[in-house]
Amino acid sequence: MSLQSKLESGKFAVSCEFGPLKGTDTHEIQENIEVLKGKVDAANVTDQQSSVMRLCSLVTSALCVQGGLEPIFQMTCRDRNRIALQSDLLGAWVMGIKNVLALTGDLPDLGDHPQAKGVFDLDSVTLLQAITRLNEGFDMAGNELTGKPTFFAGAVVKVDSDTEASAELQIAKMQKKIAAGAKFIQTQAVYDPKTFEKFMERVEKFKVKVPVMAGIIPLKSAGSARFMNANVAGIRVPDALIEKMDAVAKEDRAKTGIQIAAELIKKMKPMCQGVHIMAIGWEKRVPEIMAEAGL
Amino acid sequence: MILSEQKPFDEIIAYLEKDKNVFIVGCNGCAESSGSGGPKQVAEMKEKLTKAGKNVTGAKSVDFLCNKALIKSELKGRIDQIKAADAVLVMTCGIGVQCVAAAVNKPVYPACNTVNLGGSRGEWEGIERCYECDQCLLYHTAGICPLTACTKSLVSGACGGASNGKCEVSPDRDCGWELIYNRLKERGLLHRLNDMIKPLDHRKIAPRPEMMSTPRYGLENPPKAETKAEEVKS
Ligand code: SF4
Ligand code: SF4
Repeated sequence: MSLQSKLESGKFAVSCEFGPLKGTDTHEIQENIEVLKGKVDAANVTDQQSSVMRLCSLVTSALCVQGGLEPIFQMTCRDRNRIALQSDLLGAWVMGIKNVLALTGDLPDLGDHPQAKGVFDLDSVTLLQAITRLNEGFDMAGNELTGKPTFFAGAVVKVDSDTEASAELQIAKMQKKIAAGAKFIQTQAVYDPKTFEKFMERVEKFKVKVPVMAGIIPLKSAGSARFMNANVAGIRVPDALIEKMDAVAKEDRAKTGIQIAAELIKKMKPMCQGVHIMAIGWEKRVPEIMAEAGL
Repeated sequence: MILSEQKPFDEIIAYLEKDKNVFIVGCNGCAESSGSGGPKQVAEMKEKLTKAGKNVTGAKSVDFLCNKALIKSELKGRIDQIKAADAVLVMTCGIGVQCVAAAVNKPVYPACNTVNLGGSRGEWEGIERCYECDQCLLYHTAGICPLTACTKSLVSGACGGASNGKCEVSPDRDCGWELIYNRLKERGLLHRLNDMIKPLDHRKIAPRPEMMSTPRYGLENPPKAETKAEEVKS
């Protein structure tokens, strides 16, 4: 069953994500495909994540299609103008890619080519509008397409905010993304089911509702949790979890991290329609996390 | 010197759809020289708006709208007219509109677009900045420029990276979108957060070819052919 049919029929879906490497060696990709296919419903393929140049997400997503793993083609607005974005979208459809995740993207300064020109001709919202337009059979300029796609488009939302303005801006932008054509939402990593519950209460009140997949990043160590707290906006690992990670012996850390992730999934499952597991280097352990969570 | 041009009247009147009473502010600085917002254009605008069924509660041209202190002192005598207005229409560059929006507690709308001069920007003391995008969006953003107040120049809303109100890219700056949110809220305009902004027209953000050679475009008559010839003779 495809991600779209699963989410549309109200079933619980699981996605994960991985990033292509820098270079032409695709062994790692093939290994990920083998481990993940038949387990997760779909896998996000990141688009030059953190602005670091890598093999492209379009071709890697096509490899996933060929290998039998349903991809979610991540597309940022950093490196392509509206001509290239639309063209790559048409290409993706031709290669059998059905899911697209529209992102604005990080600035090039963050990555390994900080001198690069950031394009940002479109942003996440206008990219979603462009996808919707393509689905209707037209490009952004209103020209008719010969053969049209029917993409299942998604977007990302941050759950936890530290100011009222930031929280309201996220909610407003999420509604804009839905109005622009997002049919599913993946969230930034959540570590506190209470925060997630509050967020979902707001989402439940939307006029137009779309399935929400809660973001999960398994903790690797207390240090990495502290790092995320200090450096990633919208991620807040509660002290209790950090202490728990601190308390276990080095060789048991992975097990504890996976247990914590599985518990979070169990707690949030009744509130949402799926989970999105961002394992960051632990892609091959995603099935283990799922098993632990009873998925 | 900053060059501004009036927006099409249709766009201005659309901004004022729900506002009956309008106060107009013009600028005797660059906007007057640009022919977009000096006393003459303010008078014309007053007439057009009245014809279109609006009630102009007052109109005032200020010497330099890029100076907030000056705005406050010059508009002091007009407080009642401003209070009686539902919105303030500002006929000048993006800087001036932002300064009026910062100084006056009312919805403030731009009547002009700021044209890219290709490098010949003016100088002003305030913190307001304008990219001269030639498609001014200040109506939607409570008079705070999303292209310059947001480090990533996002026009569809915040990136979500801010922490404690500070920008994720430049932590020493306030997040421009949080400033926009707070101002919208303060002025009762939060519904504008849902405005769908069209993708920017990047042709307009790049300087027009003629701007690259004549920084005083439209302000200084190009030397007449005869004069040139005479100069060559002498
Ligand atoms: S939106 Fe910003 S950059 Fe564009 S004209 Fe207005 S103030 Fe200037
Ligand atoms: S944190 Fe705020 S100002 Fe900075 S890039 Fe994001 S939205 Fe723009």
